[in-house]
Parts: sequence; C-alpha cells; structure tokens
Amino acid sequence: MTRHRGRGIASVNYPIGMNLGGDPSQALVHSNPSGKFTVALSSIDLGQGMKSVTRQICAETLGVPVEDVYVDTADSDTGPHCMGSFASRGTHRVGNAVMAAAREARGVMMEAAAEELEVNAADLETDGRGNIHVKGAPHRSISTKDVAIAAQFKQGKTISGRGIFLVPLSDVDPETGEMSPATCYAHACLVAEVEVDDETGEVDMVRMDSAYELGRALNPRLVEQQLVGGAWMGVSHALFETPEPYYPEPVHGPRDFVEYQMPGPGDICPHDIAVLERPAPDGPFGAKGPGEMCANPVLPAVANAIFNAVGVRIDDLPITPEKVLRAIRAQGGARPQPRR
Amino acid sequence: MAKTPLQFSHNGRDVAIFVDGGTNLLVALRELIGDMTPKFGCGQGGCGTCSVLIDGELHLSCLTLAETIAGRSVETLDGIKDGPNLHPLQRAFADNFAAQCGYCTPGMLMAAKALLDRNPQPSRAEVVEAISGNICRCTGYEPIINAVLAAASGGRARA
Repeated sequence: MTRHRGRGIASVNYPIGMNLGGDPSQALVHSNPSGKFTVALSSIDLGQGMKSVTRQICAETLGVPVEDVYVDTADSDTGPHCMGSFASRGTHRVGNAVMAAAREARGVMMEAAAEELEVNAADLETDGRGNIHVKGAPHRSISTKDVAIAAQFKQGKTISGRGIFLVPLSDVDPETGEMSPATCYAHACLVAEVEVDDETGEVDMVRMDSAYELGRALNPRLVEQQLVGGAWMGVSHALFETPEPYYPEPVHGPRDFVEYQMPGPGDICPHDIAVLERPAPDGPFGAKGPGEMCANPVLPAVANAIFNAVGVRIDDLPITPEKVLRAIRAQGGARPQPRR
Repeated sequence: MAKTPLQFSHNGRDVAIFVDGGTNLLVALRELIGDMTPKFGCGQGGCGTCSVLIDGELHLSCLTLAETIAGRSVETLDGIKDGPNLHPLQRAFADNFAAQCGYCTPGMLMAAKALLDRNPQPSRAEVVEAISGNICRCTGYEPIINAVLAAASGGRARA
C-alpha cells in the first residue's frame, strides 16, 4: 500500500448573474420618523451575508451610519421583486438596486434638509454620522432624525427611493451563437494537493491555495468566510456528496447523514486565500461578489490532483474511493504523474 | 395512552410537563417548553444540531427519551448566556465569523461548551474531536475551530 501525493490546478472565469430573459432585482428604501432607514427586499440571505452587504451599500449611499439602516428581506409579500439568490448575483444585482433606491431617497432627504436649513440642497453634505451640514460650515447642521421628522410632520414629504437594476435580455446572434450572458466576470485559480491511498482508493485533502479576483470586497471578512466555507462545499461535491450514488435506481440512495457523506471537522486542511480586488465598472462600489465561484474551481482541481497522484482520470462526480480503486485496478496499478 | 408527568431542571429552572410515552427530549423542549434553541436536523443522531447538556454531559436530544431525564438537569443554548451578556463562546463565534446560515450553531456551541467545561485549554485536535459529531455545511469548520480556541484563550485571537 502506498499513499501518493498529487497536485492539481483549476481556473475559473465566472459570469456574475444570469441572463435568460433579463435579470432584474428591485429595492425600496424609506426613512422612518426616527431617522432610521428600512430597505425592503425580497432577496434571500442564506448566510452568505447579503443582508450585511446591502445594509452597508445603503448606508454608504445615503451617507448615514450603518447602524441606522435595517434590511427587511426574504418575504415576497412585503419586498419588491427579486429574481433570487443564485448565479452569484446577490451583491451585484441587488446591491445595484439598493444603491439606486438609496440614491433617490438621499435626494429627497437632502431637499428636506435644505428646506429646514434654508439653503440650496446642492450645498449640503452628509457626515456619515447621522448629520447633514452646509459644505465648509459644519455648524450649519441638522440631524437626519430631525430631517425625517420635519419631512413627515411639516413638509409632507416621504423620504424614500425606488431602485431596480436590470441586465436586459441578451439576444443570441443566429449566425455565430454569440451573446453576452453577463456584464462582468470574476476570476479564480485554485491549487489542490491531495493524498491518494492506492489500496483503499481514499482521497485526503492535504492543502489548498487559491487566488480570487471578485471586484471590490465590500465586507472582507464575509468574503473570506464565504471562500473558506465554499471551498469545502466544493470538496464535498468532488469527493463525498451524491443523492443518487447508484443512479438511476433511487431506492439505493442515501437515507441519512451516515450514508449521505460530507466532510467533517477532521477532514479539513489548510487553505491559503489571496483576494485580489479589481473593481467592476458596473458593480456597486465596484463589487462583483464571490458567490458560487468559491466552490467551482475546487472540483476540477481535485480531479486533476488525483490524476497527478495516481494517473487515473475520473470524470464522474463524486470521486468516491470505489471509483478511484476501480480505475487504479483497470490500469494495472497507480501511475504517479510528474509532480508539477 | 396516559401521559407521563415529568419534572426536570431546564437551564436552572424547575419545569413540570406531561409527555406522551416515547416523546423525545427535543420535541419536549421545543413543543412543550417552548425552548426553540435546540434544532431539529435529521432526527437520527447524524447531524448534532439538537445537542444539549444533560447533567453537564453532551447528548443528542433527538435520541433521548424525555422520560429518562426525570429529576436531571438539562442545559440548552438558551441558558448559556449570562443575563444580557453573551457567553464567551457566543462572543467568539460572532467575532470569528463562525456562523453562516446558523442552523448548526446551537449544537456547535453546546458541543464546544461541553468541551471547555471539562477542558478549558484544549488543543486544536481536541476541538476537532469535540465537534466531530456536528455537521456544518457552510463554514468549512475552520472558523468554528478557531472560535472555540479563541474562547478558550480568553477571547484573544489566534493565528
């Protein structure tokens, strides 16, 4: 029995969002009499941090503290339409919609403040701490709370904004088949190192090294969190998970977490991540977002690493010990490839 | 079938309920006591999100018959904070971004608490062992392991 080390690499050029009939998302922003703001969405935060990121985007655009923004989401009864949380589109599509809505709300807020301060709205700026003041004259100031109260009870204005971001349908060229499915692309490269046991067919992860280019990282800790966790979702797809191990006979499928295999805390390995920021011209504050890309390059990198380790090319996921062992036997033993 | 009267300590408070024979502790806690912090994941002991402490020991509440805890002390995530202050483990989970969707978090926290209660300075391997009965689909475990180690070292961040 020998354990063979192998290294595999994969790169991904990842479209942000999808385009099958146009890809819109909407957002509504309004102020409450307390001077706090509510963002109404129907997009779902599955734990990837969309609530945090849209909150940051709204606060930054309005020029108010992030604590003054509440994001109400995940209910299509109360929020405007969103295509959904998929295709790595949340930060880019929903973020842009929130930005547009916040920009409109900010316009009304500045008009209302101008009326209270008896100045021109163009001469006003926000300080990001909950105040609006005359440029160059910070003492000529009013709090966003007082503006919200004045707008509601004196001026009869609603400080609110509507936002939609639409990537329109891209027609397919009938001659060439060419289309533009996305407006911006994120990129990544991942190197996986594995150890393959040629007697049991088991594959252990040894380490991962990756570089991700995803526009501006609006919340660097959330980006890191998503990349760390998403890589293990990728490993799980590559080596463990399948609802139909003996397709097409579903009766033999896994029934519980003993049979439906996933990596446990003892299976993980070091993963060094470099995040490169090249802001997207049409992203909210330059963001594209990590999204599904955090899992995608892991699968081919692991498959390539297994080939590098024992010389078998498995093109059917997940790469279970049984498949590795059968392939090693079929070629008459492990054939380690030159180490790259 | 007649219900069985059952008394036990729930997060330090004495409770008395009537349970049907065969009711598991998870159902008793969630539906009869209203403590929603232990989650229902698989109902088969495979995922760990229903973990609670019984007399200080880690147990899967979905596999524990409610009647077997008569007179014993049950501790759930709902009881680990100190008044308005988060437990050091909860603080460390937040600081280390150790939750994404959050469904495994109650079980992870109870498994970690069981570890730190008996071993306040665990090694990394001991943390991995302690949470090995708990499945997480989002975080890749790394931030959870780091959070437990950070809580053990008094909140100081670890490299």
